[in-house]
Parts: sequence; structure tokens; C-alpha cells
Amino acid sequence: MYNIVSALSAWVIPVIVAFIPLYAATRKIPVYESFVDGAKDGFQTAVKMIPHLIAMMVAISVFRASGAMDLLLSLMKPFFDLAGVPGEIFPLAILRPITGSGSLAYTADLMKQFGPDSMIGRIASTMQGSTDTTLYVLTVYFGAVGIRKTKYALKVGLAADLIGFAASVIICILIFG
Amino acid sequence: MVNFIWVAMIVAGFVVAAFQGRMEETTKAVFDGAETGVTICFGLISILSFWLGMMKIAEDAGLLQRLSNAISPFVRLLFPSVPKDHPALGYIMSNLSANMLGLGNAATPMGIKAMQELQKLNPDKETASPAMCTLLALNTSSITLIPTTVIAIRMNFNSANPTEIVGTTLVATFISTFAAIVIDRWYRYRQGSIPPGPPSKSIGLKG
Repeated sequence: MYNIVSALSAWVIPVIVAFIPLYAATRKIPVYESFVDGAKDGFQTAVKMIPHLIAMMVAISVFRASGAMDLLLSLMKPFFDLAGVPGEIFPLAILRPITGSGSLAYTADLMKQFGPDSMIGRIASTMQGSTDTTLYVLTVYFGAVGIRKTKYALKVGLAADLIGFAASVIICILIFG
Repeated sequence: MVNFIWVAMIVAGFVVAAFQGRMEETTKAVFDGAETGVTICFGLISILSFWLGMMKIAEDAGLLQRLSNAISPFVRLLFPSVPKDHPALGYIMSNLSANMLGLGNAATPMGIKAMQELQKLNPDKETASPAMCTLLALNTSSITLIPTTVIAIRMNFNSANPTEIVGTTLVATFISTFAAIVIDRWYRYRQGSIPPGPPSKSIGLKG
């Protein structure tokens, strides 16, 4: 399954990149002009995101560098131990929605410490793979179109993350336990 | 919620820094963070421009139109406010498929393009429309078929069976995405049941 999908992933972009212009050319579309016309929006779109990303990255950076993140994690750990879930997993649940690179680094660190085939390694892998970096996705997607009032979007994202984490722990314990 | 989290992170950061005597590092972190934000945006320029160019060809050739026509009823069900033949559906479909295949750097530009199309339908340009919230929910919970990065890390640490977590990840991602859709629906429904404001506004909220 992994081989099939990774082969598919490797081929799908070349195929798309060749197929779209070819198909358009047979329809007498000026492909080069169309491409340039579309691509010129890329810069403005990226620039439009800058204020949103700066705002978010500054908050995340301050929260981590100050030690506030570590404090939060150490305060919450006992509750996790009580619930019978390996407490080492908890920081990942906090990091995952906030920082993509941070949670990836933490996952790698857990695997180094406990081994990828330990229960902690498996739960961490499942958690890391099953959701995306909610804060980043929200910032980029809404920032690109200038949405400032995000309504309930963040609540939905974080609630879904929480359910995903609980599901990861339960599934891994059921399957590998 | 964003406002709260933002203020809380910054204030908590500086309060903790004061107690732990890490003011200097924390002040530096402010500007490091700002720099990271800009670096990310600049990194996005190339892939964004490339995919937006590609998708423009697809749009001009009518490919996106065909994609949105062929779209599964399920996706249409998720975005009831988007007109049947609107290009937004084509972009949403491209975004979701790229996500499933784990093509992160193609998924983001297509998602942004889908957002831009949804923004055209949005009556209030500063406030997220329900359709935008749904698209965001689908992306934050991400439907990945194969978590390639995680498998690579597991291989790196000599896992006996690097792909054994594919099944558990699939179940977990399915549950979190399903939860995202249900919670999103619930908020949408709750908003719809709020006594109507001016008529034009309630049409916007329905969507």
C-alpha cells in the first residue's frame, strides 16, 4: 500500500504538469500567456499573508522562547499520567496544532528516546500523521484572502485535533496494546 | 478565539520570562518570530506562483470546470452555498486530492485559490463565510492517506515495520476529519438558528 501510494505521489505531479498544458494546447489556449497571467498573482498572495504570519509567528516564538510552553507542559503532565496515557505524549498534543516543525522535531525525539516501535513511538507517529498544524493552516488560508474575523473556525480545528489525539491514543492501545 | 490565544501566548510568554529571567531571549524571540513569518511567505512565493500559473491554464482550458462538474455529491453536500458550476468546487476538489496524496506544496496553493474563489462569493470580505470555515476544517484535520514524513522518520530510527502506523493513522485522520465536519456543521446550524438580522445578512450566513 505504501509503495503504491508513494509511487503514485512521485508520478502524479509530473503527469499533471505535463498533462494540463498539453490538454490546453489542444484546445488552442495560449498556454504560456495563461500561465504567466495566473502566476503573477502568486507574489501578491504571498505578500498579503505576511502580516498574518508575522503576528502568529511572533506569538508562537515568544511562547516557546520564554519557557511558558515548557511550564504548561510540565503542569499538565501529571493529569495525563493519571489517565494512564504515557505523559511523554502530551507535549505533542499541544505542539501539533501550533508548530509543524516543532511537533515533527518532538516526534523524532520521542522515537530516538523510546524507539519507533514502542507504544509511545507508535502513538506519536499516529498523532503526527493524522492532523495538520491548525494555527498555521488558519493563518495562511485566511491570511491569503484577507479574512480577519475567523468566526468559529479555530474552535472547530482545535476540537477536531483533540478528538483526533484521543482517537490516536485509543486506536494504538487497541491495536498494538 | 484567535484574539484570545494570541494575547494569551504573548502575555503568558512575557510573564513567565520575567519570573525565569529570560527577558532577553524572549525579546529576541519577538523579532525572530517576525523574521520566520516573512521567511515562510517568501518561501511560498515560488510554489504559489507556479501552481497558480498551472491552475490558470487548467481553468482557461475548462479542466477545472469539468472537475467541478464531475465532483462527488459528497463534496457538494459539504458546500451547499457554492453554485453547482462554480470554479471554487474544482479548486476545493484539487486541494482535497492533493492533501490525500500528501502533496503538501501543491495542496496549499490550491487551497488558497479555493479560498479566493469562496471569497468572491462572500458578502462580508473581512469575515469568514461558512463555506470558508468548512474548507479550513477539512484542511486543519487533513485527510492523509499515507503519512510519508512520519514513515521516513520511522525508517530513520530503524523501525522494524515503518509502515505499521498507516492503518492507525488512517483511522485517526478519518475520525478527526469526521469530527471536524460534524462540529463545523453544528456551529453552522447554531448560527443559522440565531434570530435573523437584516435579510441580506442572513443569506450570507446560510451559505
